[in-house]
Amino acid sequence: MTRQLLTGNGAAAWGARLARADYVPAFPITPQTEIIETLAEWIDRGEMAGRLTTLESEHSMITAAAAAAATGVRVFTATSSQGLLYGLEMIYTVAGWRVPFLLVNVSRGLATPITLEPDHTDVLAARDSGFLQVHCATCQEIVDTVLIAYRLAEDPRIRLPAIVNQDGFYLSFTREAVELPAPEAAQRFLPAFDPEAIRFRASRPLSQACAVLGASSYSYFRYETHLASLKALDVYDEIAEAFEQEFGRRWPPVEAYRCDDAEIVFFMIGAFATKAREAVDRLRDAGVAVGLVRPRLVRPWPAGELRRTLLRKRAVVVVDQNLSMGSGGVLHAELAATLYGQPGAPVLLSFVGALGGRDIPPEEFFEMARLAREAAEKGEAPAPRLLYTAQELREMRKLQAVAHAERKELP
Amino acid sequence: MSAETRFGRMKDLPSTHLLGTGTAMCAGCGGLEALHEIYDVLGARSVFVNAAGCMTLLSVYPFTPFRGSWLYTSMASAPAGAQGVRDALDLLLARGALPPEEDLQVVTLTGDGAAYGMGLSATSSAIERGLDFLYICYDNEGYGNTGQQTSAATPHGARTATAVGGHVGWKKDLFAIWCAHRPAYAATVIGAEPLDLARKIEKAMKLKGPRLILALAPCPTGWGYEPRDTVEVGRLAVKSGVFPLKEYEDGRVTHTKPPHPRAPVKDYLRLQGRFAHLFEPKRDEATIAEIQAAVDRYWEGAG
Repeated sequence: MTRQLLTGNGAAAWGARLARADYVPAFPITPQTEIIETLAEWIDRGEMAGRLTTLESEHSMITAAAAAAATGVRVFTATSSQGLLYGLEMIYTVAGWRVPFLLVNVSRGLATPITLEPDHTDVLAARDSGFLQVHCATCQEIVDTVLIAYRLAEDPRIRLPAIVNQDGFYLSFTREAVELPAPEAAQRFLPAFDPEAIRFRASRPLSQACAVLGASSYSYFRYETHLASLKALDVYDEIAEAFEQEFGRRWPPVEAYRCDDAEIVFFMIGAFATKAREAVDRLRDAGVAVGLVRPRLVRPWPAGELRRTLLRKRAVVVVDQNLSMGSGGVLHAELAATLYGQPGAPVLLSFVGALGGRDIPPEEFFEMARLAREAAEKGEAPAPRLLYTAQELREMRKLQAVAHAERKELP
Repeated sequence: MSAETRFGRMKDLPSTHLLGTGTAMCAGCGGLEALHEIYDVLGARSVFVNAAGCMTLLSVYPFTPFRGSWLYTSMASAPAGAQGVRDALDLLLARGALPPEEDLQVVTLTGDGAAYGMGLSATSSAIERGLDFLYICYDNEGYGNTGQQTSAATPHGARTATAVGGHVGWKKDLFAIWCAHRPAYAATVIGAEPLDLARKIEKAMKLKGPRLILALAPCPTGWGYEPRDTVEVGRLAVKSGVFPLKEYEDGRVTHTKPPHPRAPVKDYLRLQGRFAHLFEPKRDEATIAEIQAAVDRYWEGAG
């Protein structure tokens, strides 16, 4: 085991290398590009076996990825944001092929307006596709999760593609010390991909991804995919256990931090949850009983684990780093569906924040905790809010004033 | 025709037919006619990577007319699917995980909607990467599966569901677009000329790299004629010079069946309901002359 300073992108590339990915269909997009550049260099230098093929779009890239997986090789690919959405038809399509492969998404806010910095609206667009979806908060977690996600995706009981998500810039370009699993240990934990009979070869003709006529066949196959995804909840626990035995690191489906005696719990996914973790420590120092729940698994949705962790808390503060236009925070709605009608359900507060990488300073966590306490006393949640200060709005108005003034100057 | 072919005369064509019957294609489908003939020569050691179109309904769970393999992808990305399959087969062959006798011909099967339009970017890139695949386009000159709306392959003057007065544009030259990429091979074929078709498939199979088989697919439902006339419509497409049978190899285009003499285009047009408005109630001499002139110009240029 060696320790290295790695960016999130470097960690993702190392994950692919340690997983001995055979095939990397690629297309560049910020902030993901460093992943495919790193893999291309290793493959060129002969440090990594395998082949990298640059496609002309993410739509083609995801098609090639799944087609290669359907032929029986281990496939790794990566994208971000607009790229994920450009390929979204194929994200939904290939999940139904029931072929396992891995896609690392480096989250970045969606246009319009176009931006480079992160939020999760991109990856949540893939939420209903059938891809397994695991969210990481540190560089170590990325390497480890790539290995875990391969084993989960390739399990014969599941056979679904998986997305491992990391936050653009905040993780993708941040260096952290990472313990790299030894190649032999990685191989023990993740043996070669065995596609069994499901692959193309001359002696055993096979039709994959056929059309159906009639809603009965359609419903059957769609629900099968759903059940396979749900099955991944149990299988995940087995795999996380095996990972801990091999490497000594525990990656539960839902990370609960200082939750046991907490009355108020922050609920977040991804790298920005580390900001909440820091705030929890400071609030604890001030004597406030708070904790943090960070689901790593978003698909399948770990409903049972979330109920076990969150029922009988007084209030849960959901901070959604995404926005479903006309509805609000996606995770808030999902958590409400998980907890509604259950005995001891906490009051749920909804905040949308960190859109396009906007920071969440400690004071905002303190204020959210205060509002949560208030809501718990009243037994009633306040209206959803955007994390956005009066000062920010004032700066925004200044920009608009400049835009108006400059426009008047035009001939 | 060169002596290298095993298809000297009609009698030499395969007598056993590999593609199963009872598919969902329309009676008299010229695309299916061509596919039958292609598959007989190509054989079952193949995987068909399909783009959305009429022929997506060939393999409907749990039945398929293919003796070989099949993978449906999407409308735009079948060539990328072929890339993934080919790359994976090559990786497995290289590391000895797939015996050479288990290797497959990778074949893309698309209609004109995908080949001329939505899938063109993926196609261009696959050719540019030198992908070793056979690309079959069954061209029925419109979005046939949805009721024959205008596509980039619709010929001038043809009535479609979205051009009731006749298409004002001109058919895109997909063959020329392929040739501009300098592929290993490109050929036009039609089911009505099975010997010419068989020789071209035979030749394509001996080559490696990107190879186009562009099949004009007379379409009774979309073009408006009786299913029994598919062969006749196809023959006239060739005889009138509207559809030149040709092949591209080593930078040169050769016409494999130049019509001598050429039948007037009106003989071809008149058989089809989609051109009926050029003849009735009043003859549209100007449009017919325009179409004739375009065909004449092509053959003058073809030398």
